[in-house]
Amino acid sequence: MEVTTKSMPYQDWKDNEYIESLVKELQDNGTNVIVGSLDKLINWGRSNSLWPLTFATSCCGIEFVSLGAARYDMARFGWEVARSSPRQADFIMVAGTIVKRMAPVVRRLYDQLAEPKYVIASGACAVSGGPFRKSYCVVMGVDQIIPVDVYLPGCPPRPEAMIYSIMQLSRKIKVERFFGGVNRQEKQEEFLKAHPIEGVDD
Amino acid sequence: MADLKEKIARLFPDASFDDANILVVNIPDAQWHKLAQTLRDELGFDWLVTIVGMDWAESLGCYYYLTSTKSGEHISIRVATTDRLKPMLHSVADLWAIAGIYEREVYDFFGIVFINNPDMRRLFLSIDWKGFPLRKDYDADEAVNPVSTENERQTDFTDTWVEDASGKVVKKEVRVFAPEDFVVNIGPQHPATHGVLRFRTAVDGETIKKIDLYCGYIHRGIEKICEQLTYPQTLHFMDRLDYFSAHPYHHCLCMTIEEAAGIEISRRAQVIRVIMDELSRIASHCLFIGTYCMDLGATTMLFYTLRVREQILDIMEKTCGARMTFNYECIGGLMQDLAPDFVEDVHKLLDVLPANIKEYNKIFTGNVIAKNRMEGVGVLSHDDAISWSVTGPSGRASGWACDVRKTDPYSIYSELEFDEVVRTEGDAMARFKVRMDEMEQSARIIAQLIDNIPEGEICVKVPKVLKLPQGHWFRRVEGCRGAFGIFIESDGTTSPYRLKIAPPCLPAAAVVDHITRGAKIADLITIGGSMDYIVPDIDR
Repeated sequence: MEVTTKSMPYQDWKDNEYIESLVKELQDNGTNVIVGSLDKLINWGRSNSLWPLTFATSCCGIEFVSLGAARYDMARFGWEVARSSPRQADFIMVAGTIVKRMAPVVRRLYDQLAEPKYVIASGACAVSGGPFRKSYCVVMGVDQIIPVDVYLPGCPPRPEAMIYSIMQLSRKIKVERFFGGVNRQEKQEEFLKAHPIEGVDD
Repeated sequence: MADLKEKIARLFPDASFDDANILVVNIPDAQWHKLAQTLRDELGFDWLVTIVGMDWAESLGCYYYLTSTKSGEHISIRVATTDRLKPMLHSVADLWAIAGIYEREVYDFFGIVFINNPDMRRLFLSIDWKGFPLRKDYDADEAVNPVSTENERQTDFTDTWVEDASGKVVKKEVRVFAPEDFVVNIGPQHPATHGVLRFRTAVDGETIKKIDLYCGYIHRGIEKICEQLTYPQTLHFMDRLDYFSAHPYHHCLCMTIEEAAGIEISRRAQVIRVIMDELSRIASHCLFIGTYCMDLGATTMLFYTLRVREQILDIMEKTCGARMTFNYECIGGLMQDLAPDFVEDVHKLLDVLPANIKEYNKIFTGNVIAKNRMEGVGVLSHDDAISWSVTGPSGRASGWACDVRKTDPYSIYSELEFDEVVRTEGDAMARFKVRMDEMEQSARIIAQLIDNIPEGEICVKVPKVLKLPQGHWFRRVEGCRGAFGIFIESDGTTSPYRLKIAPPCLPAAAVVDHITRGAKIADLITIGGSMDYIVPDIDR
């Protein structure tokens, strides 16, 4: 199965092996014809209307502004609905360095995103700490605190690279299984165990 | 300078002097406050440029850099204490308003307590942070201060150390807000704070009573990292502070190192550096206008202003190879030569710029809603601008002629013809208009230079292993947001013993509390936006 998006030829993509491994995983497990078709429909819708969270800490955020303006115009792809509240957004583009003081805030923003939720680590700092590798207070990669779907290198990445990374994300969404799958990645029991409510037994 | 030295020596017999490139006065801590008072009231040093915390191993202390806005004289004062366990100095927060926040920064990095400073909390690091990172004996082990996903401990109290009549220093706990205050938290994740800045705002109905500034959400410890790197390696961090002023900031650090090492750069490199600085200024003010209008609800402006910005970024990209982090200036000159069609591209830009500025004025400046929201809002007086050290376009909107290009001309600025844009209203509208007019002045500077870029080498020969002689240097340039300073202390090795960055945005954010008092909460966005601070520049 050739997974692609926005009419981009399949062979022009990088990292096709990863998508192929996802497809194989899906096929190995088998699926019901009806549920599978519904999945496909939902995935098509979700992968084409990704809403980003307005979140930026440093330089990458300005390239994200450029991405929203007329020249690079992310509205062409259906991503222009940048939300300021995490509760309405689909993914966080972690644009910029995350430092130790910011880490709990990012974690909280991630927890507030509605399922299904995705993360793009944008720029060298969010990927690995980047030029601040020797710093005493920078988190060396945002994947230490939240799970990351797409890593986007660059310092800062060009707007074209940002477009490519979001397209990769929508490709990944296309091969996900929503029924009983990603809609809630965390099981309810696990969630309640991690967040006990005082005075209430199960 | 000799005259000044004589006056101080007469009044303070304990003072000793070092004659470096600037007069340095060594004064015991006990007399420091009195000297500061004399300097401010009698000798006219009304502007506290920066406080540089220092760790000299056997002692801890500070360099205070003062400037007289009337005579343009500079002076530096060195105060030190040998007590490393409980280092204490006297505060000057009652003399210069900005000193309060500068002293908090020194306390955060070096653990020096300032007696009589009303608010001695950490500024950039959390209250549970262990150790003082810029001390030479700091333990940088990850296990000491691990990454946590638990919320940071918050407190409503702050400490202050006061001296009683017998000279004994006692610690007191003070409330930040009154118990009955209603406090609204704005940020760190808020679209109108221009980055991760946090204001704890006490409100009475819709009226702001007090703002408590919380920064450090993007404190990356650049000053400490620089101490482990060689001089050429430190340069690229200048791109990542205020990413719109990448060229002027690079220029500043290069100039400081070149001055210390005694390197003369070619005329060609100087001219290109100035052209790049002014192009950045136009691009930066364009983005300011766009995002500021967007904050006020005029989204369309962003698309118009980014059009010019993209044109400038294209010019930069052809020459520097990047859109934002250029890393173009290097010690001794420039990394590479100009792109072949640079001159032609700049001419194209200069041709379209006046029409664009006219268009911005037509769409926004005269708009009745814009006028109502900006005129008379957030007024900063001339004296307050100096006391809070608010430089750049924001300071000039309050009538303070503080353009470093005019007051202390560096590079080739003294040969150029341009006007310093100064307005007297001091409100948000004035700050907006100053930036608008500065774009025209920058274009004027570029027009003078672009057709006569001299031939010559772009980079002079610099030793492969660059060592600076022992000493310290402080240089300032006019960044896009105000006076930007670099302090370097060298111990004669290949890396700086201390590199201090004096950013223009920290005072601009600190003054928000002062000018929003009594304003409506909706005006906080207007005022904060008009100060045009960049958060990574505040936090470094």
